[in-house]
Amino acid sequence: MSKEMSTADAISMKKKSQFGDFVRRFKKNKGGIVGLLIIVMFLICALFPAQLVGEDYYSQDLSNRYCHPNAEHIFGTDELGRDVLTRMVWGARTSLEISLSAVAVSCILGTIVGCIAGFYGGVTDNILMRIMDVLMAIPSTLLGISIVAAFGSSIYVLIFAMGISSIAGFSRICRSSVITIRDQEYIEAARATGASDFRIITKYVLPNALAPIIVQISMSIAASILSISGLSFIGLGVPAPTPEWGSMLSNGRQVIRDHAYIVIFPGVAIMLAVFAFNLLGDGLRDALDPRLKS
Amino acid sequence: MANNILEIKDLTIHYVTDQETVKAVNGISLQIAEGESLGLVGETGAGKTTTALGIMRLVPDPPGRVIGGEIIYKGEDLMKKSEHEMRSIRGHQISMIFQDPMTALNPVETVGYQIAEVIRLHQNLSKRDAELKAMEMMELVGIEGARAGEYPHQFSGGMKQRIVIAMALACDPSLLLADEPTTALDVTIQEQVLDLIDNLKKQFNTSMLLITHDLGIVAEVCDKVAIMYAGEIVEYGTLEHIYNNTSHPYTQGLFGSIPNFNSKTHRLKPIKGLMPDPANLPDGCVFADRCPHAKDECRSGKLVTKEIEPGHLVRCRLFE
Repeated sequence: MSKEMSTADAISMKKKSQFGDFVRRFKKNKGGIVGLLIIVMFLICALFPAQLVGEDYYSQDLSNRYCHPNAEHIFGTDELGRDVLTRMVWGARTSLEISLSAVAVSCILGTIVGCIAGFYGGVTDNILMRIMDVLMAIPSTLLGISIVAAFGSSIYVLIFAMGISSIAGFSRICRSSVITIRDQEYIEAARATGASDFRIITKYVLPNALAPIIVQISMSIAASILSISGLSFIGLGVPAPTPEWGSMLSNGRQVIRDHAYIVIFPGVAIMLAVFAFNLLGDGLRDALDPRLKS
Repeated sequence: MANNILEIKDLTIHYVTDQETVKAVNGISLQIAEGESLGLVGETGAGKTTTALGIMRLVPDPPGRVIGGEIIYKGEDLMKKSEHEMRSIRGHQISMIFQDPMTALNPVETVGYQIAEVIRLHQNLSKRDAELKAMEMMELVGIEGARAGEYPHQFSGGMKQRIVIAMALACDPSLLLADEPTTALDVTIQEQVLDLIDNLKKQFNTSMLLITHDLGIVAEVCDKVAIMYAGEIVEYGTLEHIYNNTSHPYTQGLFGSIPNFNSKTHRLKPIKGLMPDPANLPDGCVFADRCPHAKDECRSGKLVTKEIEPGHLVRCRLFE
């Protein structure tokens, strides 16, 4: 009994200690922490917009249009008299929702393709990676535009469009790390214990190949926030009246000379979000890099 | 012998690439009886590991290709098994210990989990029971069961090798393929690991194929010896046959290269030259170029393996 207990304790303790190692290394990276804090801030906005700024992001108040920032409207109002701050906070939800789901789609599909290509090699590898090359050959914004143009603009089409365009990046990164792991002796040892290919890939190859994929996830989120805003800017993104940073920018651009704040605030939000995810990605890369382990 | 657990007949394995065909294993035959240990001795590149991988049907393909031969395990030919059937044999009936314990364990899982994984793969045990069995196995190889939650990098090389052994023996296999289990370890740890393997083997009545290039280890652990050279078994017999009635010139050369404490020698007599390129093996005897007794007739024709005394086989023109 006591032996069982002590072992269970030992297991949980040791697992924590390796994670603790990672946290300690991540903490040393100031940039990563700053990025994480900004992301947490945006996450809070995305999760509790109603509690922060109220639910009214859509009703128009034409007598109060183009209000410059003041005590009542800290970030001012837009061309329909809507509060810019409220719309930005709700916009965080739209942006994060779409970019996280898009990255989830491309990460899952890309990792599957990359694992299969890298693990089996040969003809399989060639066929899969050439398909990925075709995807890579099309500029991702252009691909997004054509998909949205073909299927109409809705959140799901947007997620699908963004997801497809970054599959290739994930599959390449995953493939390259799988190839280095595939020939390790513990993979051969796993085969000798009678493990199936599926088991070897999911339990031995993937956990060892995870570090670069995690970094790529955070970098891709930044990229997809940018492309959603880009698509919204040219009118192919989220349909009105759903607030989205890119479409707010686009609405404000006609009046940029007189009412620059309408453009500045969402622009800063996009910049901060992209910046934060990139910082987090860098921090994660440093913390996960095995060469830096002492 | 009727109760042979493993019988290899005429196994031939080549590595075929666009440039050349490397003849790694050329028609070897050997038997291992139940509970017996066979030492497979040879230089680097003689085809020892390829033989072991061939038994497991794990020769990497491409470029490896099993050209022919039979591997009869408990009366059934493994070459005719499906991949699915092989998977249930690997790790369960036949398991393998790899050369380098440093890289044979998955760095991201705890050792307890890895041992339990093998057990759960082959035995119908709950996760909890498998973990308990894993701890038992660790105790058996002399590591505290409480360390099951640690990762491979937290163990020393000798301990890692013991964990690999625990993993190999976890499902109570009837045949153990040990591929140079002590090469990566220093001499004191080597001794411990060998004792451990020997004891466990007796305890579980496991047969073993021990691959090594150390004749001292063979003398300590094995019942029979097969000397392998350039993909062929040149001499095969019991310990007494090989050590006391050394017949093949290559085996004689191997013994000549070992320092002897009892006689005063100023210089050792190494075997001159290098092993022939396995992609370009000579006609006739593969050892002829380095053999002090080589004659012209050695360099052509096909050699036959001759039984010079019961159970003692030699592949050399001198005995034909």
